[in-house]
Amino acid sequence: MSRAALLAAADGEPLIRWDWIGRNLDEIGSLLRDHLIMSIVPVVLGLAVALPAGLACAQWRRLYAPVTAVTSALYALPAIAVFIVLIPFTGLTRTTVMIPLTLYTLSVLIPSVVDGLRSVPEHVRLSAVAMGYGPARRLATVELPIALPVVMSGLRIATVSNISLVSVGALLGQGGLGMLFTDGANRDFTTPIIVGIVLSVALALVADALLLLVQWLLTPWSRAGRGRGARAERRAAAAGHADAAPVEEAAL
Amino acid sequence: MITFEGVTKRYPDGTVAVDSLDLEIAAGSLTVLVGPSGCGKTTTLRMINRMIDATEGTVAVDGRDVRDVDPPTLRRGIGYVIQQAGLFPHRTIVDNIATVPFLLGQDKKRARGQALELMERVGLDPKLAKRYPAQLSGGQQQRVGVARALAADPPILLMDEPFSAVDPIVRTSLQDEFLRLQAEVEKTIVFVTHDIDEAVKLGNKIAVFQVGGRLAQYAAPDELLDAPADDFVRDFLGGDRGIRRLRFTQELDAEAAAAGEPASPQAAVADPTRAAER
Amino acid sequence: MNAIWDAIRWFFQSAQWSGPDGIPHRLLEHLEYSGLAFAITVVLALPLGLVLGHQRRGRLASALGFLVVGGANGARALPTLGLLTLAVTLTSSDLVPILLPLVVLAVPPVLVNTYTGVQQVEPGLRDAAEGMGMTGRQVLLKVEAPVALPLILLGLRTAAIQIVSTAAIAAFVGLGGLGRYIIDGLKRQEYATTAGGAILVILLAFAVQLCFSVLARTAVSPGLRRSASS
Repeated sequence: MSRAALLAAADGEPLIRWDWIGRNLDEIGSLLRDHLIMSIVPVVLGLAVALPAGLACAQWRRLYAPVTAVTSALYALPAIAVFIVLIPFTGLTRTTVMIPLTLYTLSVLIPSVVDGLRSVPEHVRLSAVAMGYGPARRLATVELPIALPVVMSGLRIATVSNISLVSVGALLGQGGLGMLFTDGANRDFTTPIIVGIVLSVALALVADALLLLVQWLLTPWSRAGRGRGARAERRAAAAGHADAAPVEEAAL
Repeated sequence: MITFEGVTKRYPDGTVAVDSLDLEIAAGSLTVLVGPSGCGKTTTLRMINRMIDATEGTVAVDGRDVRDVDPPTLRRGIGYVIQQAGLFPHRTIVDNIATVPFLLGQDKKRARGQALELMERVGLDPKLAKRYPAQLSGGQQQRVGVARALAADPPILLMDEPFSAVDPIVRTSLQDEFLRLQAEVEKTIVFVTHDIDEAVKLGNKIAVFQVGGRLAQYAAPDELLDAPADDFVRDFLGGDRGIRRLRFTQELDAEAAAAGEPASPQAAVADPTRAAER
Repeated sequence: MNAIWDAIRWFFQSAQWSGPDGIPHRLLEHLEYSGLAFAITVVLALPLGLVLGHQRRGRLASALGFLVVGGANGARALPTLGLLTLAVTLTSSDLVPILLPLVVLAVPPVLVNTYTGVQQVEPGLRDAAEGMGMTGRQVLLKVEAPVALPLILLGLRTAAIQIVSTAAIAAFVGLGGLGRYIIDGLKRQEYATTAGGAILVILLAFAVQLCFSVLARTAVSPGLRRSASS
């Protein structure tokens, strides 16, 4: 990463120097790309692990207590501290940043998957059994679709949080847009900081909107009947996640 | 005595829940408000303790307009039982029962002692006192709800479908014990139900409401069964009115039933659809 | 693996246990900032969440509630380090501008959980409470708040953990506390110091987690725990 370009800017009195932005567009673009990669890869990896893990927990109830203990411990781990602990193993690389984010994603998604599967009403599950669905088919065509809204709300929380967390990696020199923060602070220059905040928030909001769109496309039935399902989903979202900010706008 | 004079409840969107109601509920009586859903029976009940305020007219308890009393004070003097019991999940059974005495600032120890006595009166084992609502069956929870309403010994008891969330067998035993309890305490009870059988079984007087909040008939059970005021009441009482009449009179007086009128033809055939509905 | 041994050895150097750069002093600093930020957060967010959740009737209340939840979800997207650097660049390295971002990030979980917790209390319970003659305040404090307590505590825990870990990051903009070891170690390329700080921050986060588990076990009514487990 070339810092020279960023360092070229002078000490500024105005809050934002638009000319600085114009001169550094390429650099900003490449930081944005880094940021996107470092935040999305952990979400994908996390989802790939959380789905089977959540399914296993829903299947074998005994697993759930120990798994929850582990995920809530993971959730409590400060990202910066995990970065540091990983340095001897993975160095000052993107991997070092992505591992804690993956763990964080798991801590949000596993409970979501389990809660989502538990939100399937018993009578629905039983009637699927009674109609002769096998376990795999029932899971794929009945249970997962019903669990989807809760899983999606967890996915949205993990995605948005990851996008804002990545910037902490800048303390190790791997923070995507976060590099703009350390750079601005070191030179007492607000423009890169503001650009970084705006882009990071915008990225999170766009990702959130895209996930919401995916959910909307995948659950046509929830569009037909408002109210009940949405409320149940909000309830589950509130009860399920460690940081329990239910995704209210989904229902409105 | 509770009186309704020209009471109307109209919501901002224009719906009329209760339409110019005149009703007099005698002290010490058990009055049942019955009718299909949306008929305004619950609204009527809730206007007595000001959970809902009337748009027009006066609701008075012992001659005093309820609107002259501030709601918390009014409500502490009126027992209130609702369908799902509404027990506080975070409080033990004994503390649930003692809620109103606590609110009135009574001595905690004494209030708990009285709560324990009340538990026995409503047919609950005092051993359950330290349990939490989630550990009780639906029928037991409903008994706690009744005990809680009686705890401060209020002269009036309002009951909104208190027994409709439990299964038929438990419901029957709750009703029987409730009648026995009422014979002891002789409260003024206003009881809401959608179940005409329950109304006939429990009520000294029955007020039948019709959708739109109109009072269709207000009469004692036998009078209601003998002479329904109009087609709506006749329909609501159902085709097996004769059976109900029979059962009612049997319960009242076995001799009278033996000498009573022969059952009507419809009554001879049990109606399977009604059984299924419940 | 040598690095790990260095870090462990770092803990046992006597220099680490005294003076302004010693562990006890740094830990105390960290607790002080975190405690202050947490106290401000609680004072701001808890009453507001309780009152908004209680006032669920009426258009204004539901509009405010929608704003709270929407705003809190939006706040999740704010990058911590960005807020910290911006606050310090705009003002100074005083305590207040540094604590401000910590509070901004900690308020949403407390506010949202308190609000939703109270708002989602079963309508039947509120009806029974009012019907027995509780005043609005009594309904809130004697029924709604205790019933919502598990969710409220979850929000407080999230906020506390977030504050403790963000306070470590705040060392980058000049705050004291355990984060100093991490940032100074990185700057001086002394891995043992950095790792020692990281381990201390992790231990502190776990301690906070443990405190809240104990609190939940003692403060939440057993009646609620039973119904939650069934």
